[in-house]
This record gives sequence, structure tokens and C-alpha cells, in this order.
Amino acid sequence: MNGRAVKTIFDHEMARFWRTPWESLASPVVSTVLYFVVFGAAIGGRIPSVEGVSYGAFIVPGLIMLTVLQQSIANASFGIFFPKFAGTMYEILAAPMSFIEVVAGYVGAAALKSIIIAVVIHLTAMVFVDLPMAHPVWALGFLTLTAVSFSLFGFLMGLWAKDWQQLQFIPLMVVTPLVFLGGAFYSASMLPPFWQGVAHLNPVLYLISGFRWAYFGMADVPVGLSLAAVTVFLALGLTAVWAIFRTGWRLRA
Amino acid sequence: MPPIIEVRDLAKTYASGTVALTGVTLDIREGEILALLGPNGAGKTTFISILCGLVTPTGGHAAVGGHDIARDYRAARTLIGLVPQEIAVEPFETVMNTVRFSRGLHGRARDDAHLEQVLRSLTLWDKRDARLNELSGGMKRRVLIAKALSHGPRVLFLDEPTAGVDVTLRREMWAVVRDLRASGVTVILTTHYLEEAEEMADRIGIIDRGRLLLLEDKARLMHEFGRKRLTVELTDPLAALPDSLAGHGLTLSENGLRVSYDYDTRADRSGIARLLAGFAEEGIGVRDLETEQSSLEEVFLRLVEEGA
Ligand SMILES: Nc1ncnc2c1ncn2[C@@H]1O[C@H](COP(=O)(O)OP(=O)(O)OP(=O)(O)O)[C@@H](O)[C@H]1O
Ligand SMILES: [Mg+2]
Repeated sequence: MNGRAVKTIFDHEMARFWRTPWESLASPVVSTVLYFVVFGAAIGGRIPSVEGVSYGAFIVPGLIMLTVLQQSIANASFGIFFPKFAGTMYEILAAPMSFIEVVAGYVGAAALKSIIIAVVIHLTAMVFVDLPMAHPVWALGFLTLTAVSFSLFGFLMGLWAKDWQQLQFIPLMVVTPLVFLGGAFYSASMLPPFWQGVAHLNPVLYLISGFRWAYFGMADVPVGLSLAAVTVFLALGLTAVWAIFRTGWRLRA
Repeated sequence: MPPIIEVRDLAKTYASGTVALTGVTLDIREGEILALLGPNGAGKTTFISILCGLVTPTGGHAAVGGHDIARDYRAARTLIGLVPQEIAVEPFETVMNTVRFSRGLHGRARDDAHLEQVLRSLTLWDKRDARLNELSGGMKRRVLIAKALSHGPRVLFLDEPTAGVDVTLRREMWAVVRDLRASGVTVILTTHYLEEAEEMADRIGIIDRGRLLLLEDKARLMHEFGRKRLTVELTDPLAALPDSLAGHGLTLSENGLRVSYDYDTRADRSGIARLLAGFAEEGIGVRDLETEQSSLEEVFLRLVEEGA
């Protein structure tokens, strides 16, 4: 186990984050504020509360999940795509470290960045609304598992992408729609029955629901299902990484 | 002393179907400078890439310092430093940081004193805080060497280290390589500059179309494969060569004062004695003789042609 190498990659990735703290943190904070203005103030005025929770507070877990998914994917995919793009990948491949260690470095850093951003959004939200936290440990658990899973997906996308367009493709075309349709800004129970059924096919709904349960103790789906969903995401990511480790796909000719 | 690198039947066919290496076998001695020569696409980079872990071989095996490069890759790679053919650096990183990063990847504890020594030896110390995108091409190449040396490797691979580097810098680079060898590092370099192989190497390997055509001590190679040219300076100008000397393949200079004769040092007889006897018979006065060893370049071209 080359722990130093893992830490080297991890520190290198985190250094990029702290080198431009303004860009790293400001943009998620600004978009949070915008969402509050648009959804919280404008729409929230018409929806006083959802199942006893003020609408402004209700959207916070979804907002955090939206950002965590986007940021995890963006950070991890960029982290591994950049050395491919710059041609410095040779150094990672020639290092005395296993693929699993490489993944741990990049994914660990990407996940931690997302978690930091999530905490910052949470703190920003506290300025605007009363934010209870029914199950803080569960919240942190859901947050961590989600950040790690989607950083793994991001890593895979960065590995798969051959150019910048491809790098943008899946986050834009798949992830963002899934989050918006996954009940980030509404409860699935507010939908007509047919669309409720459709919404339940969306795996992201289970993540958001579980995370929201950790805040308010109420959920669209049983929390056990949410836990199962996040476990499945994690297992999928780990399996794909393992498969790549076995085959060297997109890494070694 | 066991060889530092053992390569057995190493083969690579890329997914595209390109056969880049066909069963290369060789031993590399600890502490030597081995130059690999070969035309474009010969398989030099592929060979190096396999030993460094960038490319998976499709046949054969290899060991570095006794460690199999596949089974025991950590131990093998710890011994290796690689300077790739293409210059690729992280543009916004500083020199010092990028060198530290390389050392960390190899699992070595931070040691800025060692890195200072490496950067100084490559005259990069003044640039330690410069961003890589602010450096010239030659400096970037030296940064790549510094990165490769950051963890104190026992084997250094230099894939065309002096491509696109000016003469002064090239000589500097040679000096660096010699110092490395003096400190016991084994150096494997590839080059298109035959002058470079001639200048630097202890042994020379010639690769063409994925085959190792030859691996030989440089001195022996030059000796065994070298052609020599004998130039005979005459006392009086000749208008034309006499017919009796026609069979030797001589050429007469324009002023008629010099005759040159090419011969193969590998042949049993050089033919010099017969030639000079012929001169005497014709009553041609000889003022001086001069022989000239052919360059490695000619040796190289001849081997590649013969191999074709
Ligand atoms: N990643 C790759 N995929 C497919 N074919 C490749 C790949 N890399 C190299 N090749 C092919 O393998 C052969 C050997 O290439 P290699 O780069 O090893 O040659 P080289 O001796 O280093 O050449 P040069 O002197 O031009 O650097 C070439 O035909 C090349 O096109
Ligand atoms: Mg090459």
C-alpha cells in the first residue's frame, strides 16, 4: 500500500480547490442564494409549507443534493481528465501504485470538496430559514456515501471522456435532469399518481428523499429504500472501477 | 553482478493490430548507458513504455532489479525514473511543486534538500517558483528530468532527451547523464542522433520494426562494423587512374592529388597491401596515407538496410 502516493494525489487535488477558494465556494453559494430567491421567496410564498415544513427549508436538502451530485462529478471527472489532456498521465501510470490507490486519491479529494461545499450551503441556508436537523449522523452518512458514489461516477466519466464536450455531456444530459425530476424542489406526493409512479423510477429520488428524511424526519419513500439506493450507487461505482482495474480500460494500451 | 534489467521475448501488438515489438530479449547491466537507436516507429518508445508500466505487453516478460514488472510492479517501478518523449507538464504548477508531486507518487517522504540538489544539477534552482507554462521548451525538458530523478531512481529512461534541444543544452544534458552514470545510475536512452549514441553510450542497441537487430559494446561495434576510408596523397598529380588499378573501386580527386579507397574492416584482407603494390608497379609516388573510421551513422544505415 503506497499511502504516501494516495495522499500526494489527494493533496494535489485539494490544493487546486484551496488555491481558488472564491471560485470553489462562491459559485455554489451564489446559486444557492438564487434558488432561495426564486423558489423560496417567489414560489414559496404560494406554498406555505410541505407536510409541516416551510417551503424554504424543504428545498434545502434537495438543493444540497443537486450541488453535491454536480460537484462530485465535475471535480472527479476534471481531476482525472486533466492529466489525460495535459499528457501528464504517464506519471500516474508509472508510479508504484495500484489503480485502486489512484482512484482513492482522486475520488477522496472530489468527495471531500463536495462535502465542504454541502456544509457551506447548509450554513448559507441557515441565514435564510430555520433549519432543523432530525438525524445529523444520518445526514452526514447520506452525504458522504452520495459524494463518494458520484465522485466515482465522475472519475469514470473523466476516464471515458476523450474531449471536453464528452466531459460535459453526462452531467448536463443525465444528472441534472434526474436531480430536477427527483423531487429536489417538491415532494413526490404533490404529483398526480401517474407521475408519482414515474418519479419513483428515478434513482436520484431515493437519495434526495433519504437526505430530506435526515433533516425533517419525513420522506417520499421509506428510508431503508434510500439507504439501499445509495448502497447500490456505491456498489455500481466500485464494480466499474474494479472492472477497469482488471482490464486497464482507457488507461494502458 | 546480475543484470539490472532482464527482458525476455517481449512482444507488443497494439489493439489497432500494429505490431510494435516482436520478441525482444536483452540484459541491461547495472551502471551502463545503453543507447537504443532506430528509425521512427521502430518500437523504442513501446519498449520503454512496457518497462515503465505504461503499456501492457502482449508477450514475454521483464524484470527490473529482479522484480517482475507485472507481478511485482511496485518494487520494479520504485527503481525507475522516466522522461517521456513528449513534453507534457501541468501548466499552472510550479517547478518545485511538480517535482515534489513526482517524489510523493513514488511513496518517498518529502525531502527538499534532495530536490534542491536535483534542481541545481539541472540549473533549475532559480526557476523553482516559476510556473511551468512560463518556461522554455528546453527548461521543461529539464523539469521532466528533475521529476524523473526526484525519488532517486536506480534506472533512468530517457526517451529522446535531446530532441528539439539546442547544441549547448544538448551538451549540458550529456554532462548530466554522465554525472548520473558516475553516481551509479543505469541510463537507457533512445535517440535519432547517432552522434549522441556515439558520444554517450557504453553499449548500443539497434531496433527496427520491433526487432532488436543488434546489441553491442560501442567500441566493438565501431570496430567490427566500421568501414574505413584510406586516402592516399600523391607526390605528382594523376590525370586518370591507370587501368591496372581499376578493380579497387578507387576515386580520384579533381586536382589528381588524392586517391581514396573504402574498405571493410570485417574482411580478412583489407586490400591495402595489394593496392600499394599496384601504386609502386605503376610508379606512382605516395606522399602520405590517412585512414578514417566511418561514423556510426553509416553503420546504422547499413544494418537497417541489411535487415530490410
Ligand atoms: N498507443 C498506440 N496505439 C497503436 N499503435 C501504436 C501506439 N503507440 C505506438 N504505436 C505504433 O507502434 C509502432 C512503434 O511505435 P513507437 O512509438 O514504439 O516507435 P518509436 O521507435 O518510439 O518511434 P519514434 O522514433 O518515432 O519515437 C508504430 O508503428 C506506432 O504507430
Ligand atoms: Mg518514440
